[in-house]
Order: sequence, then structure tokens, then C-alpha cells
Amino acid sequence: MPTYQIKVNGSVRSVDVSEDTPLLWILRDHLDLVGAKYGCGIAQCGACTVHLDGQAVRSCVLTAAQVSGKEITTIEGLSEDGSHPVQQAWKEVDVPQCGYCQAGQIMTAAAFLDKNPNPDSAEIKSAMQGNLCRCASYSRIYKAVEKAASRMG
Amino acid sequence: MSTSKPNMTFSRRDFMRTSSLAGGGILIGFNLFTACKPEASPPVDLASLNYNDFNAFIKIADNGAVTIFSPNPEIGQGVKTSMPMLIAEELDVAWDKVLVEQGVLDTKNYTRQVAGGSQSIRFGWDPLRQTGATARQMLINAAASRWGVEPSECTTSEGVIKNASGETLTYGDVVKDAAGMEIPEKVKLKKRSEYKIIGKDTWNVDLDKIVTGQPLFGLDYKKEGMVIASVMRPPAFGQKLDSYDDAGAKEIPGVIDVIRFGDKIAVLAKDTWTAMKGKKALKASWKDDGTLESTSDHDRILTGLLDGKDFQTLRADGDIKKAFASADKVLERTYESPFLPHNCLEPMNFYADVTSDKIHLVGPIQTPERTAQEIAEKLDRSPEEIHLEMTRMGGGFGRRLYGDFAMEAAEISSKAGKPVKVVFSREDDMAAGIYRPAIKYRIKAAVKNGEVTGYHLKEAAVNSNMYGLIPNFFPAGAIENYQVDVAKHDSNITTGAWRAPYTNFLAFAEQSFFDELAEMMEVDKVQLRLDLLQKVKGTTDERIQYSPERMEEVIKTAVEKSGWGKQPDGVYQGFVNYYCHNSHVAEVANVEIEDGMPVVKKIICVVDCGIVVNPLGALNQIEGGVIDGVGHAMYGDFAFENGVPQSGNFDAYRLIRINEAPEVEVHLMENDHSPTGLGEPTLPPAGGAVANALKAATGKRLYKQPFTKYPELLIVPEKEIIG
Repeated sequence: MPTYQIKVNGSVRSVDVSEDTPLLWILRDHLDLVGAKYGCGIAQCGACTVHLDGQAVRSCVLTAAQVSGKEITTIEGLSEDGSHPVQQAWKEVDVPQCGYCQAGQIMTAAAFLDKNPNPDSAEIKSAMQGNLCRCASYSRIYKAVEKAASRMG
Repeated sequence: MSTSKPNMTFSRRDFMRTSSLAGGGILIGFNLFTACKPEASPPVDLASLNYNDFNAFIKIADNGAVTIFSPNPEIGQGVKTSMPMLIAEELDVAWDKVLVEQGVLDTKNYTRQVAGGSQSIRFGWDPLRQTGATARQMLINAAASRWGVEPSECTTSEGVIKNASGETLTYGDVVKDAAGMEIPEKVKLKKRSEYKIIGKDTWNVDLDKIVTGQPLFGLDYKKEGMVIASVMRPPAFGQKLDSYDDAGAKEIPGVIDVIRFGDKIAVLAKDTWTAMKGKKALKASWKDDGTLESTSDHDRILTGLLDGKDFQTLRADGDIKKAFASADKVLERTYESPFLPHNCLEPMNFYADVTSDKIHLVGPIQTPERTAQEIAEKLDRSPEEIHLEMTRMGGGFGRRLYGDFAMEAAEISSKAGKPVKVVFSREDDMAAGIYRPAIKYRIKAAVKNGEVTGYHLKEAAVNSNMYGLIPNFFPAGAIENYQVDVAKHDSNITTGAWRAPYTNFLAFAEQSFFDELAEMMEVDKVQLRLDLLQKVKGTTDERIQYSPERMEEVIKTAVEKSGWGKQPDGVYQGFVNYYCHNSHVAEVANVEIEDGMPVVKKIICVVDCGIVVNPLGALNQIEGGVIDGVGHAMYGDFAFENGVPQSGNFDAYRLIRINEAPEVEVHLMENDHSPTGLGEPTLPPAGGAVANALKAATGKRLYKQPFTKYPELLIVPEKEIIG
């Protein structure tokens, strides 16, 4: 099996996987980073969202070859201690119900607010609509993004 | 009027045990599940109880730190936070000094764990507060004895005991003495006005772990030597395995083994992706082993049942035949719903390590006790050999009441002789569902002299019918001649509980019907409901558990808060009131027209669930329940063709998204009633509220879910489009 150098959360990690292995399973099964979640495997639910060179991407449909040489950030590396303004807002608003989708929601929100720190309501909804929450904690996701924006903007 | 309070007749001593800890401190063990059962009775032989019979513990260290070990499974409804709040309140400690841990202590022997079920707070309300109060009293008794004063002279505040002369001792100072004291038989509970924790916003205890991506869920669980199993199951309900060829799968590097068990084939690999790939490389042929049913068959069969005479009568008051024969007007309507998968965002998964001396099971399950028993039976082992650990669950909605995936893991591990984690793909999860059954309701009402004189509700469902007290929900008791009849079609498609079973669709049917009935009677829609409730007041029928007084308050509050009947042009409203899971709810949907299409902008939701233990958590449950209800009524559809599910993933199964979610405005009724359910009761009314508002906007009534399947009914007449 080929060996890939994966640059994740600031360090370079070496993995031996088949070339079609999605980044999601490299993170979860080979690098012990389980913050990105499996929900659909076809980029429909957003639970697996990570940052690739600062862009929010679906790690379930990216292969090792596609991410090689690029900077990957997962929820574990978004901040050292959960102090990123989006994580803080998520805690203050008490967003999670079951909590399974929330790492993906946070990663989508963080990349979005980085580019658009002063979004309006429609922009927030448009940015977050690729992330499913089966518990439908959408009211609080919206509130938390608004709150984080007020601090990042 | 009967209340929802469970019968509590046992004594504290029967359920608690204390002991000193080697490292200092006291451990108070109690059986949460037994204590919270409504029919709880003391164990036969108390002396034989040991710590393996307890599944919840309060640990007070000699520095005063309090840890509450709660075994109650967390599926997102917040009980891992709210149940320990009840203990901490009566123990009288500061909430920020309490640590809550999932699971049990690391006891020498494995401890069997059990689940509290969907009525956690309702049944836990009394026993959990009494447990906390008992521990507090023991600490007071220990302090009083040291001081040589009467315990009644002592008070507590946030972990500090004070006597009449102003001397103080902390809980930590006296834990050692308390461990040896007798468990008091009678303890005094706080009044609501004395609460410091109950009723205060309390944040989810797992928040930090969730927002930093720490391992919490079953899918995150890892163990040395564990392999992943991806399972191929019959593609259609009604088929079984004929033969298979695993050569292609075995050629894939990383595939360890291919194992047949029953009509299923498991591909074992060292990682998840390889296991999933291995499964795709399997070649299997299947043969029919029963009827291959399609959605068109269910449509025809359920209609046939409603038209037929083969019913079981669940409630009959008066004489509906006479009522219909003498009616001035009769309204009859039929309502239809599809099957629904649960689609927990964390797909089903479970870990099993079956060895000759024990069975270790880990994963997300709502019914660990039953699952452990079933696995013991299947593998011909003693339940004592099973150790089951629960993880946090990425959603439940009823799916994780069924332990099929845990059974698969145990069977595969047993055959493979390895620790195995079964992981469902999303496609597996949708295709191996235990679905909400397709249901049709037919409702018929008789009106005479402006009064509703007869009401006949008929249910035709796949596999199972409404149960328990549902036939006695509103309008039972309000209409003289009233009857509920049910019939079912036995299918090989697996069905089961789905968030708010039966009521999740029945509420839409009945509340749409009332809306239309009011139109036919030419009376105000809310007034019709209030008038009917008047007739239930003072009923002596013990099966009627809803309170007309509480329902009336909820309705009146919803009218006021929603501005019912006073909305500006362009805002169309739909009204619903409903009782289920022992809570009373009213919801008003506001629909507006945008770009010529009706849009659900807002739901005003009024809830009476008694005392609210954690308002912050409660609001989350309510908002989520309402949006979940709107989403499934609008979009949820799941069909079968010759036994094969027709949707496999989220590209073909639509769940509501943030841009489609209405604003939810919540109003909680304040009263002193014991807490009742919140995880479910706000979901059922949402679909009806939306349908009634859409009727107001479009002039067209919806009888079938999901609404978006019938776009011709969602068109707004030209004259209604403003601007």
C-alpha cells in the first residue's frame, strides 16, 4: 500500500492506506482523530467537515492523494482548548442535543466566518445548509453563528 | 382527574447502600432503574444485594467533591444533565462542584446496566430527589452526632453543614462518619421556592468534549485487536441468502475474513473503509422467502382494512351508529402517512468481544438490559457473563431501542473469535431499518344541532396498532358517542417505535380534522376545541389522563402569544392543541407567501410539562421537536418496491435543513405539577399546525404526508399573492 504524508493540525503524519481511502477514514481509523464524523459518505450531511487550506471540505469524499501537501485542520486542531470563538459561542448557546453533527457544524461555521465575518441572516443559513442536524438544533446553530460573528467581525 | 405521578410506596433503605472508600470518602449506591420504576418493589432479600445490583452512585470525596455516576443512556434529550441535577438539588451542593460521569465505577465485577427509558424525568423525579435528600440527611446526622446536637438544629448550604451556634463542617469533614450511619427512613424534600438548581439554566455536561471532538460515541470506540465488520444483508424484505462468492472481497488488501451468519455475510477488515469496500466486492444471490411488498400494495391493503369490518375496538362510548343515523351533518376524511426511517446521524454500530469466559459489549443502545439478555440467549450463555457499556448516542428517535446491530456484532465475534465492531454504512442504516409503519386514519364525525355528537376513529397500520392510553386522548371523554377501532396488516418489513409512536401522525390527522370540522360547522376553530374540553371537566374516567383545565390554559396562552385571529394580511395561521407523553401542548404555525410559494416562517409553541428541571435543555428539546415534526411532515418519504427500500442515502431522502427551519417561539407554563416528558410531545402537533396554516394560505387541505409530494396542493391562488 502506498505511503502518504498527511499534514494535519500542524504536524506531518505518515499513513499506509489504499489510494482510494477517504480522508475521513484516514483521520478516524489511522490517526485517532475521531472529531470528524461519518454520516453519509457522499458529502450530503456535513458531519465530516474539516478545513483544507482554510476551506471547509467534506473529508468523506477526498482521498489521501488529493489532500497530500495541503494543510488539514480538524476540530481537534481548531484551537488547543476549545477557545476558538465559534467553539465558545457553541458552548455559551448550549447548542448540542445528541452532539454528533456539531463538530462538522463548527468547522463549517469557522471557515465561513473567517471569510465573511459580518454575515446577514440569509448568508448564515446559506453557509450552514449543507450540514444536517437530525435533532434539528438549527435555532441554536443559527444563534451561535451570529454570536461568534459578533466577536470575529 | 388522575395525575401522572407514579405510585411510590417503597422505602429508601430498600434501594440504597453506603460504604467507605479505601481512598477516603463515601460511596452511596442505588439502583436507578428499579427505584424509578412506577411499580417498584423492594428486592426480596436485601442482605444478598451487593454493588453489582446498583448501577448509579454518588461519591463524596473527603475534600467534599461530589461525583454522580449516571448510567442513563444519553441520546440527546439531556437526561445526563437533568437527572443528576435532581440529586444535586436535594443533596444541597453547588452544581459547579458536581462532576457527572457516564457509566459505572470500575467495580471488580462487571455491573449490569439498564436504561431509564423515554420517561426518565417523569419517573426519576421523586426517587432521585429522595436519594439526594437521604444522602444529605446522613451527612447532617454525622455532623450532629459529632457536635452532640440534634440533627434538626442543623442546616446545609452548598456542601456546608451549620449548627445553631454557628459552627460549620463541610460534607468532606464528615463523610467517613456518615458512611457508617444508618440510612434514614424519612427525609424532607425542598419546596419549589427553595430550589437552587432545579429550574435554572444548566449547560450540557458533555459540552466541552462535543465541541472539541473528543471520543464519546459508539463509532468512536476503539479497542486493541478490534476489527471492523461490514455486513451484507438481504436486499429486500422477504428474501434470504441463496449463495455467495467472496473471492473478490478476499483479494482486497486488508480484508481479514468473510463470515456467513444466517442470511447475512460479514466482511472483516482492519479498518472501516476496507471493510466497506470488501462488502461491495461480495457477489451474492438471493431467493424469495415470502411476499415482496411494495408501497402500492400497502396503499391498497390499508385502504381495504379501513373499508372492511375486521377491527379491534380499543374504546367505545355510547352508540356511534345511532349518532351517525340521527346526524344533521357528517364529515369523513382519510389521512395517510408513509414508512419513515429514523436516520440517526450516527449510523448503527456496536462492539462485541465474545470469549470463552465473558462477553464484552460496547456501544449506543437504549435497551442494554434486554439486549444483553437476548444475546445471552442466542449464544447460549449466562447473562452474568455479559458486560455491557453504553456510549453516548448520535441520536436515537426509537431506533436504538432495538438491539439487532449488537446481536450481529456478538454473532460475528463469536464466529470469528475476535473483538469486532459492526459498522453500518448510511445505506445499510436506511435499508436495515426498523421503520415507523405506514398508517392510515379514517375519521368520521356526526354533528347535530351544532354539537359534535359522534366521533369514530379508525386506524389501519402495518404490523402494529396504537397502544396504551392513546385511544383515550382528546377528544375521548368530550364526545358522547365515541369509538376507536384498529386493524393491521402483517408484513415482513420490520417496524417499530419512532419518536412519539403513533401520535407523530395521529396528531396531524385529528387536528387537521378538527380544523375542517370547525369549517363545516361554521364555528371558530379554537372555540370548537375549548367547547369540547368543557365536557371533559370533572370526568371520573381514569383512562382520561389529559387535564381539560391544563389544556385550556395552554390553548388560551397560545391564542394570546400568537396573536391568533389578529395577524396582518399575508400571515396565515394554523392551530393545534395536543396531549401526549403526559404533557399538554398548543402550537400555532405562521405561513407567509414568498415568491408565490407558502413558507412556514414561525411556530409558536406553548408547553405545559409541569416543573421544568432545566429550562435551557428544555427549550432545545422543544425547538428540535417542533422542527423535526415540521421536517418529516413536509419532506419525509420512504417507499418500497418488491421489498426493496427505494431511498439509500441523504441524496434520495430529504431531511429538513437550517434554511427550511422555521423560527420557534416557546412559552412554558409555570406551575407546581411534577415534570412530564419533553423529548417527544412537541413533535406530533407540528405537522397539523403547518397543514392547517397551509390550508389558510392556499385554500387546499392536505391529507397525506409528506406535503411536498403533492406540489399541486401547495400552490397559492393568484389573488392571495401580494406584491
